Amino acid sequence: MGCTANDLVTALKAAAATIEEHRVELIQLDRVIGDGDHGENMDRGFKAVLTALDANTPDTPAAVLKLVATTLISKVGGAAGPLYGTAFLRASTAVKDRAELEPADLTEALTAALGGIVARGKAEPGDKTMVDALDPAVRAAKGDTATELLAAAAAAAETGADATVPLVARKGRASYLGERSAGHMDPGARSTALLLRAFAEVAAR
Amino acid sequence: MKKIINDPSTVVAESLKGLELAHGDLLTVIHDPAVIVRADAPVRGKVAIISGGGSGHEPMHGGLVGPGMLDAACPGAVFTSPTPDQVTTAIEKTDGGAGALLVVKNYTGDVLNFETAAELAETEVRTIVIDDDVAVKDSTYTAGRRGVGGTVPLEKITGAAAARGDDLDAVHAIAERVVANVRSMGMALAAPTVPHVGEPSFDLADDEMEVGIGIHGEPGRARVPAENADGIVARLLEPILEDLPFAEGDRVLLFTNSMGATPLLELYLAHGIAERLLADRGIVVARRLVGPYVTSLEMQGMSLTLLKLDDELLELWDAPVRTAALRWGN
Ligand SMILES: Nc1ncnc2c1ncn2[C@@H]1O[C@H](COP(=O)(O)OP(=O)(O)OP(=O)(O)O)[C@@H](O)[C@H]1O
Ligand SMILES: [Mg+2]
Repeated sequence: MGCTANDLVTALKAAAATIEEHRVELIQLDRVIGDGDHGENMDRGFKAVLTALDANTPDTPAAVLKLVATTLISKVGGAAGPLYGTAFLRASTAVKDRAELEPADLTEALTAALGGIVARGKAEPGDKTMVDALDPAVRAAKGDTATELLAAAAAAAETGADATVPLVARKGRASYLGERSAGHMDPGARSTALLLRAFAEVAAR
Repeated sequence: MKKIINDPSTVVAESLKGLELAHGDLLTVIHDPAVIVRADAPVRGKVAIISGGGSGHEPMHGGLVGPGMLDAACPGAVFTSPTPDQVTTAIEKTDGGAGALLVVKNYTGDVLNFETAAELAETEVRTIVIDDDVAVKDSTYTAGRRGVGGTVPLEKITGAAAARGDDLDAVHAIAERVVANVRSMGMALAAPTVPHVGEPSFDLADDEMEVGIGIHGEPGRARVPAENADGIVARLLEPILEDLPFAEGDRVLLFTNSMGATPLLELYLAHGIAERLLADRGIVVARRLVGPYVTSLEMQGMSLTLLKLDDELLELWDAPVRTAALRWGN
């Protein structure tokens, strides 16, 4: 039994709760090397996702992912809005009209999400962005079950986010700081790790 | 913080209501999502010129909506990029069947949100990204130069090209020519205060100034002891002239801009110095614009923008325009 539209909704609710819980942490991270709005932007966006999912629950995984994408795109703003929005949009396209997502579909969705972020933001691994969390997560996303696969992806994303600390930013607002951006975790990498951890926890239930 | 506001979270929405009442002959405001549209939009057969960005830089962009300039402007929250739904609404409302040019200042958030909108658009859309700020080092290792004062001549000239009937490719080519020939640099004596933040964006001592400042209070090239007007203008002009570079015999538009709190008395004083320094080098100031057009809330400071003109750019600059902030020729 794969992951249904309902399972996805459960995972997204968990993600929204995690983002709310870590709102201040994300704000603090962004204040140091950006403009301090990342936690606020993400929290506003995922609250809007909850509202949208309550208003009408789409019945295929692709439709759920698409609704998330359009909501994030219109509510988050800043750099993160279009980046995460594109990620969910590409994931939605990748899972086509499947009613249930098998592990291979999840890998494909994550790969497509990363592809979307890279196509939009043109960041490479090492540029100190969310790509530094998602890229290793996609490479680690293997397993016979969704539980295994997402646990591996979340762990890799967390390691990746931690590894952004010493990096000098080459993309986004933080890049204006040059060398001064080293020594701090990238807020977008952190939020990516938080989202994947929330998905993994739901899958493990 | 002392400001003429009611609530930090409604500043932009309330200001848009006032803008609409003040300039109802020129523009209409859509409130959700927020878009300022030319009153007679869409104009059949004309390329639409659409811009936008964070609020706090007024009159850019809303005050530049009207015949001969912008068809629509998308105001984001203060100093925050607008979202794609604002831009797609602007594209729909101004669609005269000839496509749209999106004028985007080079900040990651702005670029990504406009790009996303361009992808969703059903109309043919081209984008021009302006990055005229010589204070930021342009390298593949940063998000690149910022878009600042050069945005005003870009919007004026592309607006005129669209108004005379150029197609989207031609308007885009002219936009590229403006971007290739315009350079700016700014400085600040005192920081602005973002309403929802409540305190100044940075601290400058009474005897200090920030040179190479952005329009969101981002740091510049250097923090140095405050100088007199001669010193300030020279510090802004030198890096601009070197960058393009501008040479003896060039004809230019000189745009002397107030960042918000600097009074016109001081701005004209500075403008006079800039004209003299340019004359000394044999650079011909063919056109000028002086005033607060690209502001940074109540930041005290100024910027200089130089655009190298050719006959066509000059003609397009001179073409009629009727907006809240710029008006001539009709
Ligand atoms: N080009 C990019 N590619 C991938 N990720 C990026 C890029 N630019 C920025 N980011 C990510 O976005 C995060 C910042 O998102 P945030 O919501 O704070 O937007 P912002 O940069 O403040 O936007 P704005 O400049 O409009 O205020 C960074 O921590 C980084 O992970
Ligand atoms: Mg930010």
